[in-house]
Amino acid sequence: MENYNLTHLKQLESEAIFVLREAAAQFDTPALLFSGGKDSIVMAYLAYKAFYPARIPFPLVHIDTGHNFAECLTFRDAFVEQYKAKLVVGSVQKSIDDGTVKEESGLNASRNALQTVTLLDTIEEHGFDAAGGGGRRDEEKARAKERFFSHRNDFGEWQPQNQRPELWNIFNGRKQHGEHFRFFPISNWTEMDIWQYIKAEEIELPSLYFAREREVVERGGTYLEVNELVQPREGETVQTLMTRFRTMGDATITGAVLSDANNLDAIIEEVAAARETERGNRADDKRSETSMEDRKKEGYF
Amino acid sequence: MNNYLDMDLLRLTTAGSVDDGKSTLIGRLLYDSKNTFDDQMEAVEQSSAKRGDENVNLALLTDGLKAEREQGITIDVAYRYFATPKRKFIISDTPGHIQYTRNMVTGASTANLAIILVDARHGVIEQTMRHAFIASLLRIQHIVICVNKMDLVDYSEQAYNKVVADFKQFASRLENVVDVSFIPISALKGDNVVDTSENMDWYKGVTLLYHLETVYVGNQENHVEARFPVQWVIRPQSDEFHDFRGFAGRIAGGVFKPGDEIIVHPSGFTTKIKKIYAAEEEIEKAFSPLSVTMTTEDEIDISRGNLISKANNLPKVGQDIEAMICWFSESSKLANRAKYIIRHTSNEARAVVKEVKYKVNINTLHKVEDDKDFKLNDIGKITLRTSAPIIYDSYRKNRTTGSFILIDPQTNETIAAGMIV
Repeated sequence: MENYNLTHLKQLESEAIFVLREAAAQFDTPALLFSGGKDSIVMAYLAYKAFYPARIPFPLVHIDTGHNFAECLTFRDAFVEQYKAKLVVGSVQKSIDDGTVKEESGLNASRNALQTVTLLDTIEEHGFDAAGGGGRRDEEKARAKERFFSHRNDFGEWQPQNQRPELWNIFNGRKQHGEHFRFFPISNWTEMDIWQYIKAEEIELPSLYFAREREVVERGGTYLEVNELVQPREGETVQTLMTRFRTMGDATITGAVLSDANNLDAIIEEVAAARETERGNRADDKRSETSMEDRKKEGYF
Repeated sequence: MNNYLDMDLLRLTTAGSVDDGKSTLIGRLLYDSKNTFDDQMEAVEQSSAKRGDENVNLALLTDGLKAEREQGITIDVAYRYFATPKRKFIISDTPGHIQYTRNMVTGASTANLAIILVDARHGVIEQTMRHAFIASLLRIQHIVICVNKMDLVDYSEQAYNKVVADFKQFASRLENVVDVSFIPISALKGDNVVDTSENMDWYKGVTLLYHLETVYVGNQENHVEARFPVQWVIRPQSDEFHDFRGFAGRIAGGVFKPGDEIIVHPSGFTTKIKKIYAAEEEIEKAFSPLSVTMTTEDEIDISRGNLISKANNLPKVGQDIEAMICWFSESSKLANRAKYIIRHTSNEARAVVKEVKYKVNINTLHKVEDDKDFKLNDIGKITLRTSAPIIYDSYRKNRTTGSFILIDPQTNETIAAGMIV
């Protein structure tokens, strides 16, 4: 008898491609959110696969906090070039300059929360009626309740109590004027799936994901890389440690982890043995137990 | 690590009444199979302490939103993930309150296996039967009855046997279910969830996790009737692929190979498959649930909403459909002659309800023919007339081409789920 079983990675890939094609078909002006992090890279790569040999029918939208790791930007531009994609940049700095948001002050100020305003502005300015994100349900408890097609009201807000039931693989992307959607093709992937897929498909990543010696300071229980945005404060000492990043957030708040994993196999082994969730090193999630839920309701990624 | 690439996937759903211990069971599965993280456990320990719980409350591992924790309820379907070296698991975790039927139908629609929790103290109750009926209606072939809270009945074999006997009597009336297993557990204490219980020598069966890891689910996909709903037409219009026209979609059944004679529905045009692509790669055969792109020998008109089948095995094409539906709307009732939008595979049309045949009393499985008022959570049989032909199979044959949703054109809400008879 012939074997008609698909491995779970193939099933996840197939599902993600299905979601991306549904989004292209059901929405008029969909876009993909692209942060330069591994999840959005995998999502954009899947979009390339879904529409090959045509180009990706979505522009890639990058919300630039102005506090990005420099390498993320270089990587982004190379990616866009390689896949001949269209890039749209929404700038948090511009939102600050325009006065639509106010820069946080204080010791642990970050531009993370400000991104939401810039994101919603960018969506409105370009008339996007749907934005795809690399969110995964295993990341965080509010995300565990997310749909593949997630309805947002005309303020861009997520209403967890009022989501549309999603049955089989039939997605209801109908909306009133002014409303929009988020769609999440890799909802069902776990961090391990992402890494295994990156390895299997030989997908390129920013080198921030790989361990090397970095100058860091210890702050708030995590290691921040010293760069033009992060300078040692009084009482902090700069150490040179073998570190890598598990996520690509704002450079001012995204902590590095101690690691000597400098290749995919080593990272996969590390992920398998990890005792902390990958967002455990992000100060934005540590603000309160419900910080993701609160940000999502406002229209965060 | 290498076996990670050979793992398969089991999608399961959990059902139980409000206090049956569903969340505790899922928490226990995650915790004992070492799929929890230190920072998660720390947060749970803190929350448990804040609530004044005596022990670490594993149920909190699955509690999601602020609103839920404050009220001690679960709002919606949540998805959980865990893996063992053998399998990856996706759990759709559905809450046990008033919108229960709606949520369980949603969670069950993508599942291959359902865990139904029964409180050993109360035995098989009306809700158990309701859960089993929904699992059977949604064509979940594997059911596991977890007789929970065995610690509260002194791990009594008699209590367990009564549940087994009562459920078997009821299950004989269910269709579609291929296999039912029974496992006595205590989610709270951990008996027979991941580790074999030391308190129930009389039970000779396997633990829940072992069962989940080994149950055969390869028979869920239909590999007989070849079905390919077209989602999107790929036309690169580049110099390199100047004349390329590819039909993109996900195989919904059967096996397609290059050279196969195919028919496009509803037009009825016939041609042959030229090539099948999985992204850049040309492949020799495509089967469900693969997403692929096909090219055809002849240039014929094919667009989104069309369905491609093989020439020797045809789907039904028609505008009059008989279906079992579950009503999802809190605010509106099903109205005869009301017009809805039907979304079926990649197709959309208008639909009008012609007749409500009957509702099912899901606690007794009796047909109700004198009350045809469809409200939230009601299940029953209706007939629909669509504005354009629908290309379908019965749900019993094919879960993809046999299912649809109804949308209220005024609010855009999904108001019903349908399974074609």
